Amino acid sequence: MVIIKINSLTKKFKDLVAVDDVNLEIEEGECFGLLGPNGAGKTSLIRMITAVSPPTSGDIWVLGGDLRTHSRQVKAALGVVPQMDNLDPDLTVLQNLMTFARYFNIPKEEARRRSMEVLTLFQLEDRCDSQIRELSGGMRRRLLIARGLINMPKIVVLDEPTIGLDPQAKYLVWHKLTELKSQGVTQLLPTQNMEEASTLCDRVAIMHQGKVLTVDAPKKLISSYFGDEIWEIEVTAEERDKVVNALRSRGLEYENVGDKIHVFHVEADELLAGLVGSVEGLRRRPATLEDVFFKLTGRSLTE
Amino acid sequence: MRLFSWRFIRMWQRNGDVFFRLWHAEVPGFVAEPVLVLLAMGLGLGAYVGLVDGQKYIEFIVPGIIAAYAMFSASFECTYGTFFRMEYQRTFDAIIATPLNVEDVIAGEIFWGATRSLMTGTMILVVAAAFQLVQSPWALLIPPVCFLEGIMFASIAVVFTSVVPSIYSFNYYFTLFVTPMFFFSGVFFPLSSFPSIVETISWVVPLTPAVRLTRALVGGELHIGLLWALVLILVLGAVFFRIALVTMRRRLTT
Repeated sequence: MVIIKINSLTKKFKDLVAVDDVNLEIEEGECFGLLGPNGAGKTSLIRMITAVSPPTSGDIWVLGGDLRTHSRQVKAALGVVPQMDNLDPDLTVLQNLMTFARYFNIPKEEARRRSMEVLTLFQLEDRCDSQIRELSGGMRRRLLIARGLINMPKIVVLDEPTIGLDPQAKYLVWHKLTELKSQGVTQLLPTQNMEEASTLCDRVAIMHQGKVLTVDAPKKLISSYFGDEIWEIEVTAEERDKVVNALRSRGLEYENVGDKIHVFHVEADELLAGLVGSVEGLRRRPATLEDVFFKLTGRSLTE
Repeated sequence: MRLFSWRFIRMWQRNGDVFFRLWHAEVPGFVAEPVLVLLAMGLGLGAYVGLVDGQKYIEFIVPGIIAAYAMFSASFECTYGTFFRMEYQRTFDAIIATPLNVEDVIAGEIFWGATRSLMTGTMILVVAAAFQLVQSPWALLIPPVCFLEGIMFASIAVVFTSVVPSIYSFNYYFTLFVTPMFFFSGVFFPLSSFPSIVETISWVVPLTPAVRLTRALVGGELHIGLLWALVLILVLGAVFFRIALVTMRRRLTT
């Protein structure tokens, strides 16, 4: 079942087209990643889906309701974890959750029970009475995610959920998100972390300059663009032309990347035999989502 | 035009919770200071002032101090307070991702600002009554008047807050708008003692009708002309309230 449907969605700010005629369908229960360089339009898209910012044109349906007419109902079923910490510094940890639960009209006893539940989930139950400023960056981020779950949302939107976390905390968060998915909670995950997207997401969309360039499962994207592996050829400036000519004559796909040449879709190792003088110059590694990302959005800074 | 819903109460409660958690930080500004001003001006300056009708000067300034500090409370709350929550703490961003809409958040801010006015006005009234400076039982109507006055000043403040680029802009708001009203709205001197041009201007600034109302209630001298003061407060309040919802939606959602 489609839980979020986006139809020719556009957002303009004066001269800038932040989101340009985007169409997307997100399935119930999937973890959907949103990748793209800074300024690609991910944040604008998310702000529209979470009913915070109105579209310039186009439609969004969430849980079957048109966002224009059902924004309150939709927001009640949504858990939003922003990238920027907006915990309430005037309140303690527990008060933050209790107050947030009240925005959802959750009765006090229920709110207390759920607050303890999500605090325990993220191993913060000992910090109930702490001030926000006493928490480390990692704790704040865990609390921010815990807060996003207080209303038992059907969809959670997590903007860069593990940015700035140490590896231990990162794996805790990944683990909890995987658990959440197994409970059927749909996840929308804008992220720059390719490892995160590959690990967590069933499907990813890659955005660039306001447009969605491609949508598919990470593995399928990788194999369709590169096959399973990438051959990296380390070349000196003198060798480069010779190697490139050889690759062309053998009909291989390649890309120049700094002092290396990447070769894709190599079916048989013999195809590369004799290209470089030394064996060290030739290396084989698994293709990653990051390779796809570079391929689609380019290697130069976009802003 | 979008209006707010009952959910504004959640924003109001949040601000109330924080206030009562930190109330000891707020007391000096909004209870101690007005009482200090009342005593210093009333007793100190009052010793040199003879009013025409033989009224004691400290009695004369009680209603003005109530109205003025009710104004200060709502104005501070909805300029610095609102700006802090909006820009530094990003509290509004967090809340508008819940079932509350921008309009609910802003209505909660304004009603909270008005509640601060009500609390401040009531505290000063109680202190003044303890010093036997309040004569009429009509003074019991002062808290609701402070609340309406608070809606007006909170709304004006939120409209200003919705367009300022930085927190430093509030210096202009207080120096050019709030403080002049403190001196030129009949708090310390009857308006008739000013040159006629100042008197004319002071009739249209929003603190003047509030001072007129509180003065009449403290003295128990009600007359039909006060209706105009009440209407002015209600109309200004309603107009700026509506503007605040629109300008804040623009600021928070684009």
